[in-house]
Amino acid sequence: MTEHIDHYLADYLRMDRFPHIWCVGCGLGIILKSYVQALYELDYDLDKIVTVSGIGCAGRASGYVNTDAFHTTHGRALPFATGISTSNTDLKPVVISGDGDLFAIGGNHLIHAARRNINMLVICSNNYNYGMTGAQYGPTTPLDMRTPTSPYGNIENPFNLVSLVSSAGATMVSRWTVYHVHQLKNSIKKGLQKNGFSFIEVLSPCTTGYGRLNKMSPIDMMRDLKETCKIRKVHPTEATIEPGKEVIIGDFVDVEKPTYSDVLDQVSRRASK
Amino acid sequence: MLKVIYLPKNKVKILKSLCKGCGYCIEFCPKNVFELSDELNEKGVTVPEIVRGDECISCGLCVMLCPDFAITMEEPDNE
Amino acid sequence: MSKSLLTGKHFVHGDWACAEGAIAAGCGYFAAYPITPATEISEHIASRFPQLGRRFIQFEDEIGAIASVIGASFSGMKAMTATSGPGISLMLENIGLAVMTEAPCVIVNVMRGGPSTGQPTMGAQADVMQCRWGAHGDVEIIALAPQSVQECFDLTVHAFNLAETYRTPVFLLSDANIGHMYEKLEIPAKEEIEFVNRKKPKTSPSDYKPYLADETMVPPMACFGDGYRFYSTGLTHNEMGYPDMSVDTQDKLVRRLCDKIRKNTDKITMTEAIMTDDCEILVVAYGVTARSAASAVQMARSEGIKAGLLRLISLWPFPEIKLSEVANDVKGVVVAEMNYGQMVREVERSVKPIPVEFIPKLGENPPSPDEILAKIRRLAQ
Repeated sequence: MTEHIDHYLADYLRMDRFPHIWCVGCGLGIILKSYVQALYELDYDLDKIVTVSGIGCAGRASGYVNTDAFHTTHGRALPFATGISTSNTDLKPVVISGDGDLFAIGGNHLIHAARRNINMLVICSNNYNYGMTGAQYGPTTPLDMRTPTSPYGNIENPFNLVSLVSSAGATMVSRWTVYHVHQLKNSIKKGLQKNGFSFIEVLSPCTTGYGRLNKMSPIDMMRDLKETCKIRKVHPTEATIEPGKEVIIGDFVDVEKPTYSDVLDQVSRRASK
Repeated sequence: MLKVIYLPKNKVKILKSLCKGCGYCIEFCPKNVFELSDELNEKGVTVPEIVRGDECISCGLCVMLCPDFAITMEEPDNE
Repeated sequence: MSKSLLTGKHFVHGDWACAEGAIAAGCGYFAAYPITPATEISEHIASRFPQLGRRFIQFEDEIGAIASVIGASFSGMKAMTATSGPGISLMLENIGLAVMTEAPCVIVNVMRGGPSTGQPTMGAQADVMQCRWGAHGDVEIIALAPQSVQECFDLTVHAFNLAETYRTPVFLLSDANIGHMYEKLEIPAKEEIEFVNRKKPKTSPSDYKPYLADETMVPPMACFGDGYRFYSTGLTHNEMGYPDMSVDTQDKLVRRLCDKIRKNTDKITMTEAIMTDDCEILVVAYGVTARSAASAVQMARSEGIKAGLLRLISLWPFPEIKLSEVANDVKGVVVAEMNYGQMVREVERSVKPIPVEFIPKLGENPPSPDEILAKIRRLAQ
């Protein structure tokens, strides 16, 4: 435990739990920073937010924000958040979780929460592996990558997350990185204020897992994000992430549709007649 | 007649006890404000120091890029 | 304008009664996945909840359903799900989460033949150990077993009260027979029903420790949006709710979570004793089986055998003290259940060294009164 720290974001954080547990250079610290900075700049009513996370390194994020927060079981942050969003429409759930928690074990819940357009903001930290358990391969690990559970190279084709979430029906889909911090923060601000299922994929370095396997230092990984990522306006299906190809970041989907809670209210009105 | 506009020169501060030594501030500051110092914090991490504070353009990249919340930016005390 | 309490007489099945029990108790959130023989609960709630402005969601699977129930519970709702054996198997991890984070909720299991897909439309009582021991780690569970359509209503209301009192998931263990059979149901007037709501914190948000309990061992529960900004996790946690991996914290937390149920067994336990004061042969049964057992005991008495029935209305925490008292002077105990040996083990443990005869009944029908009477006669010789 550190002594009381005088920080301009202290009201938004549980500073009694700092320094946080994430590794040197881990992108999650930057994601947390962007999220909290967005809340700060919007002067968001912290009693109207519930930060929900799953299991994994990203899952620890909910423990550092000074909002109502919950750390669920693996893959189940989205249905938990659905329970919140539909029970109390004053509350905005913000889900911070990883690529594995949201797209492997939690994949089924992801597509349905997006399909139903449940009002929530989902921030997905995509670090291309299962960091917490030791850098095993996951649904976004590139082909041929050697990891502890793919010692002869990954044989699975990775997901294109923005394409998957767009086709499932989300009303806001963006991809940023922890290097593009100002755009990331602005995207979070947009998602916080938007009514609907908003999804932000954040490319993030796992410095002790994926980075070490690839013999990249934290700075190498950040420089890689800076150099290979380009902001373009394309159809989400074109935004695949492949070695040797530029990574397309930016906004992919931004539409308006009634949320699930809106429709539930309509049904109630019809049923009460 | 050229009009001269003075940009605010915010003061950058390092919270050394939180630093984990990733080096992002040193690497990515567009004005090379930071360098590695000789100082160790209580966790044994060699922390950065501000060597070119006058060159700072208040872009805020260091504040946002630091994963450990160890850099803040304050408005200067005087005008 | 629809009424939330349908006071009056009805002729309905157990699933309908269970759904109306939830509505009567003030359940505001229900999420489930269709599964025989519990589907009718969802269907009835699907038509009633929108009339009352409450939330019904048919989830993509049972895991999503229970996870959302916990989220709704922490958002201030009385929340419930209903499923059968295979669904409970899927839900077990999150049931553990509900126990660990102390989320009040009701889980209905309309039991059917198993294991695995089994006999979906046939009753069974083979999930009684699953609800108790299914979630990993040390957990204590409260489980109630209705034997009639009336009890499906009454015990669902009571399940919510227990859930709110002890901040824990409470099981209602019905079965395909009770769930689908039609019987008279009398829904009382509002003044005649007891409602319990969770204890709210009295401290200010800055002083609030979400998992600090007083001598009741149940911490007051703030909900999302109340202004308390608390943190909750399935990891072992200290009184602030923060993860804590120390030996001391694990010891304290696990003991409190279990003791808040164990040490209140006498307040939670519900049994019905029929002619047990002077009985020499005691029958122990629950749910639909207890109906046959009650007839068997009457028949035995008319033959001059001093038989009695202890019906377990709450299965967990197991009423071992009550049972050992009632069984104190008996010659033998008969246990009948629709499985191949589950609660009988608890009975044997509690009444040792009194001999226990077991009637396992597999397949859709409960044991007949004659089958139970035959065992009573055997023990009486």
